[in-house]
Amino acid sequence: MTDALDRPTSILVLGGTSDIALATVRALRSPALHRVVLAARPSAGREEAVASLTADGVAGVTAVDFDAAATESHEGVLAAAFATGDVDVVLVAFGVLGDQQEFEDDPDLAVEAAQVNYVGALSVCLRAARHLTGQGHGSLVVLSSVAGERARRSNFVYGSTKAGLDALASGLADALHGSGAHVLVVRPGFVRTGMTTHLEPAPLSVTAEQVADAVVSGLRRGSTVVYVPAAMRVVMSGLRHLPRAVFRRLPI
Amino acid sequence: MEDVLPPTLLTGWGRTMPSRAVVVRPGSVDDVVTTVATAGPRGVLARGAGRSYGDAAQNGGGVVLDLAALSDVEVLDDGDVVAGAGAMLSDIVPLLLERGRFLPVTPGTRFITVGGAIAADVHGKNHHVDGSFGAHVRWVDLVTADGDVRRLAADGPPDDVALLAATIGGMGLTGVLVAARFATIPAPTPWVRVQTRRARDLDALMALMVEGDDDHRYSVAWVDGMARGARLGRGVLTRGDHARPDEAPRRGRAAAPLAAGPPRLDVPPVPVSPLNRLTLAAFNEMWFRKAPRSRDGEITGIAPFFYPLDAVGGWNRLYGRRGFLQYQFAVPDAGADVVRVSLERLAGIGAPSFLSVLKRFGPGRPESQLSFPIAGWTLAIDVPVRTPGLAAALDDLDGHVLAAGGRLYLAKDSRAVPATIAAGYPGLPSFRALRADVDPHGVFVSDLSRRLQL
Repeated sequence: MTDALDRPTSILVLGGTSDIALATVRALRSPALHRVVLAARPSAGREEAVASLTADGVAGVTAVDFDAAATESHEGVLAAAFATGDVDVVLVAFGVLGDQQEFEDDPDLAVEAAQVNYVGALSVCLRAARHLTGQGHGSLVVLSSVAGERARRSNFVYGSTKAGLDALASGLADALHGSGAHVLVVRPGFVRTGMTTHLEPAPLSVTAEQVADAVVSGLRRGSTVVYVPAAMRVVMSGLRHLPRAVFRRLPI
Repeated sequence: MEDVLPPTLLTGWGRTMPSRAVVVRPGSVDDVVTTVATAGPRGVLARGAGRSYGDAAQNGGGVVLDLAALSDVEVLDDGDVVAGAGAMLSDIVPLLLERGRFLPVTPGTRFITVGGAIAADVHGKNHHVDGSFGAHVRWVDLVTADGDVRRLAADGPPDDVALLAATIGGMGLTGVLVAARFATIPAPTPWVRVQTRRARDLDALMALMVEGDDDHRYSVAWVDGMARGARLGRGVLTRGDHARPDEAPRRGRAAAPLAAGPPRLDVPPVPVSPLNRLTLAAFNEMWFRKAPRSRDGEITGIAPFFYPLDAVGGWNRLYGRRGFLQYQFAVPDAGADVVRVSLERLAGIGAPSFLSVLKRFGPGRPESQLSFPIAGWTLAIDVPVRTPGLAAALDDLDGHVLAAGGRLYLAKDSRAVPATIAAGYPGLPSFRALRADVDPHGVFVSDLSRRLQL
């Protein structure tokens, strides 16, 4: 149970090695937090994540095997996490960015990305929602992206996967209203992380820590959607309404 | 017939930490037995009037029993009360006053149930003389996990006595309390003779309480939680005793000063809390100044003396949408300094506090492992949860409380960590062992018990 001072006692991270996920766990760190499960594919990075969070004073950090594309294994991972005790926050933080040109050249790669970003996320979101509703409380935090809000020429495959995920999470937020469980959809702009080091930062780019802070304040307020940075809400509102002919020519 | 309500979001009095449960209103003890027998994996918990501050009366994803239908009250010839667990103290008080009796112990609100009073082992202004509510319980009827309805008498066989002791203060985790018999005390009139003393700082206030509390059945001090520096801990000490017939006002009993009806004033939902540092500092200043420096022999009614806040329905809404918490600890006399440290620390972060309450406790009930009171001091402070720096300040104060050999009150808690509770309640392992014995499958659980690993 997240306490009266908005401090979760347990967190399940799906995609447990991403920079944003780890920054979010650090931002939610408190004496009340005593269980963190990092679900990710076995890797040196995963072991490092456990070690680094533990070194930062986060109690009870463990890792479990999780493959976002292997949807048939998802129920087992979630059921095990919830069987050990209530989970206050489920963070869905996995995703692949890919390269638009490669996706267009090799559609199989695009299908793989969609399997992870959309199908895999759909699978865990729906399952997590059942578990959270079953315990009558808890938050599902879904990392979406402004890329899903209006698909751009430069990354519309990735954008389309996030558009699907965003629609799913937003619908789920309404479905869970009044259930005790709550969904927070996070729409960051360009985040400077390991996933984007090869790219030139876009305007209004943010750090993983800024995304984490936005998640914390969104959870505290009980928001359904947060943009990071907050100004991105206005920018996207403008972009959504631009005539297509103009939007197509924008250097974004 | 039992009523099953649509799943409902429940919170405590502090209006924080909602969770959803299926609320069942049993019509009889048999219904309670059936509900317990058919409990799902998320278990069952009885909820009283919902006046505990945190998550003590919630059971997310499970079943919550509302025992409003089990509310019969009978006052016996010897003055004892036999009541259903769902009976409200507010319904019992008028019956007792008619017979020249009063509750053996009453908290600061009469809108709580008998079951809740026992499960939280509530205390009142007379703890230093009469102990907690549990000290006056003759027997309880408890529906246990195996579906038995056990009458546990205070003078029964050892196993029953042990289970009764654990049930007193046991936060509903030993079974479902369905009925109880408890003793009452004489109250020759429905009036209270009050002595008031104003103290300019904490030392003066605590000295007054140490010196004179034993001369009065009731004693409690209001502390100005907003005062700092030389005025830190200034307050108004109010002590009282039931008035004799010759002291009662001439109007006599016809004007019995306890309306059984609903509160006179109701607080509507407020979008923005009117309680902030400015308004509360002004309120505390006014409260302090309107109190006489020293006054003896004032005759006042039961309601204004025991239940001043009951006159304002839903006052918890004043703290705004995000709610509030009450930090209440008890420390032995040797740890009296923790009272000062707490007031300093919370004044230091600018916590806007409405009414802080300081009281001396008499001996506790070590046989009731989770019963809160221990001999010494207790301080209760209301704070809105939106206060910046509150989490760190309270974590820090927990350390002072534990170092002094003190503990936190489970019925008020909404933010402690399991280790703090375990350190404050040395009887917890024995409570767990007893629970494992009478409820091996963990049927009786609450959000509080899960959060604090009780």
